[in-house]
Amino acid sequence: MNKRKGRFGEYGGQYVPETLMGALAELEEAYQSLKDDEGFNAELGAYLREYTGRPSRLYFAENATRELGGARIYLKREDLNHTGSHKLNNALGQALLARRMGKKRVIAETGAGQHGVATATVAALLGMECEIFMGREDTRRQALNVYRMRMLGANVNEVTSGTMTLKDAVNETMREWTRRVADTHYILGSVMGPHPFPTIVRDFQSVISREARAQILEREGRLPGAVIACVGGGSNAIGAFHAFIGDDGVRLIGCEAAGRGIDTDEHAATIARGRVGVFHGMKSYFCQDEAGQIAPVYSISAGLDYPGIGPEHSYLHDAGRAEYVPITDSEAVDAFYWLSRTEGIIPAIESAHALAYARQIAAEFGTDESIIICLSGRGDKDVAAIARYMGEDLRDE
Amino acid sequence: MNNSKISNAFRDKKAFVAYIMAGDPSLEKTREYVLALERAGADVIELGIPFSDPIAEGGTIQAANLRAFQSNTTIEGIFETALSLRGEVRVPLLFMTYLNPVFAYGYDAFFARCAECGISGIIIPDLPFDESDEVREFTTRHGIELISLIAPTSRERTQRIAKGAEGFVYLVSSLGVTGARSEITTDIGALVDSVREHTDIPIAVGFGVHSPRQAAEIWKRADGVIVGSAIVSIIAEHGAGAGEHIEKYVRDMTKPPRGI
Repeated sequence: MNKRKGRFGEYGGQYVPETLMGALAELEEAYQSLKDDEGFNAELGAYLREYTGRPSRLYFAENATRELGGARIYLKREDLNHTGSHKLNNALGQALLARRMGKKRVIAETGAGQHGVATATVAALLGMECEIFMGREDTRRQALNVYRMRMLGANVNEVTSGTMTLKDAVNETMREWTRRVADTHYILGSVMGPHPFPTIVRDFQSVISREARAQILEREGRLPGAVIACVGGGSNAIGAFHAFIGDDGVRLIGCEAAGRGIDTDEHAATIARGRVGVFHGMKSYFCQDEAGQIAPVYSISAGLDYPGIGPEHSYLHDAGRAEYVPITDSEAVDAFYWLSRTEGIIPAIESAHALAYARQIAAEFGTDESIIICLSGRGDKDVAAIARYMGEDLRDE
Repeated sequence: MNNSKISNAFRDKKAFVAYIMAGDPSLEKTREYVLALERAGADVIELGIPFSDPIAEGGTIQAANLRAFQSNTTIEGIFETALSLRGEVRVPLLFMTYLNPVFAYGYDAFFARCAECGISGIIIPDLPFDESDEVREFTTRHGIELISLIAPTSRERTQRIAKGAEGFVYLVSSLGVTGARSEITTDIGALVDSVREHTDIPIAVGFGVHSPRQAAEIWKRADGVIVGSAIVSIIAEHGAGAGEHIEKYVRDMTKPPRGI
């Protein structure tokens, strides 16, 4: 066996308990045999078209373009997918894979709840049992999504260990997978974890950039100057980057959550402030202390509130192919309001991190150039949390 | 490799491998508890190094990690504790921890320090055999044995892992995380045989073992039992006064006939 399989440079690997190694091998084998299978791809393609609503629009944001006075601003509208984010692209692909593998039950971690909702949705669609693990802190921030998952028939487990956020939800989902691995598939939600997950999730999310590349060429007749996406684990970013990696002139920019600032202890800016380490099955960059203890991280965005980043991003960073920049809570909230009022589109607070950086750099580009921003999700789920941030408390009763 | 300090601990009798978390509730107490474990009949002692996110552990040992952090336990403090035990403890001492603290320390420096402090081996549950080369280069250099785990799900992987095993094979009794189980439903005998086929290194069974009856059953087929959560829960209950309780528990556990 090739010991360096599943590596992006030195990053990636399979650092998990022995109990899970058999399941990873089984998953890899199933994926290898299905990824180029005509029947499987026809099935996935039909669901993406008829159920998810793909291809998603590449929307020319005319008001935003005018206001920023530089590059022509395009939004890749993953927020218009069924369930309201890019997460369904991967959840659907993995659930169909799991069904082909004979698995009857799916489990998943979730931060903002978007991946949990996507997983609960495909489980309902395909008639699979579904358990979601979500940090208690996130169930509070994202109460609406918790209820959505329960409506869809999933069992939502509140995780009370550690910082009670996404990192701990991943820990608990991995523990659950070691308890019950034979009939259960773990639908990992980002381009992270042990091989083959970073590759599988990237492949299912790459539909974003395959579409966007063709769409921008059709609209503009040339490639964009930059593609910008938010990065927690990094699934929408890798999906938005992937088809452009070979296009040297296209800047690829990932926006990390800087929380209250990268000079405070309250951020989740892994590339800006982390070091290489080994955690959650992969070698990559992590926010950690000197002794290698994983650091508690913070962001207003539950979906970016994660101390690591997918191994392919670490590789793209080291190779200089992608840039990673920190965006604070307040910059993201400003961008959240800005897009809402400029274009009538309420973005997910995660995606607002990418919008914030686009606002900063748009004027550096010529008016004949374009920027694509991956609008990874819609912001309905964030309305109550943003209101709290602004000092208001929304109640329905 | 089959004549190491660790494998020799399994030579004359069925072995009892005990686990405690270093720094739970303090490093002074860890020192005292290691001596109590040896007095009571433990043949190999594992010392946990706390990690922020112990994904292979159940609630009992997760809580011990937190208690060790509360007492401000550092890796350097644990090394010093091990060093201070060096002249006093005859049974092999092992570390059990996750890969990131070792990686952050630096593999070469970490295992050099292990050797200095009289540590004989290490168990790293998130380092499967397939990824172990990057670490083994340094454990070998410093004479530390890297213990391999085999699980009920290992199947065709068993042969490769068993052939490369050092010290003893840590056979995971059942699916799931660490912690006492009222019953282990896996066919332990068949599992042990599947490993024995490929190696004559000692085989010790852990995960969920807590009663003398379970230990006696396992000793019929394997060379050792590994008990962690059951001892850790005694420390959780009695804290700094757990010494005599640990000693009594381990005496009871090691009492069943365990000749060769």
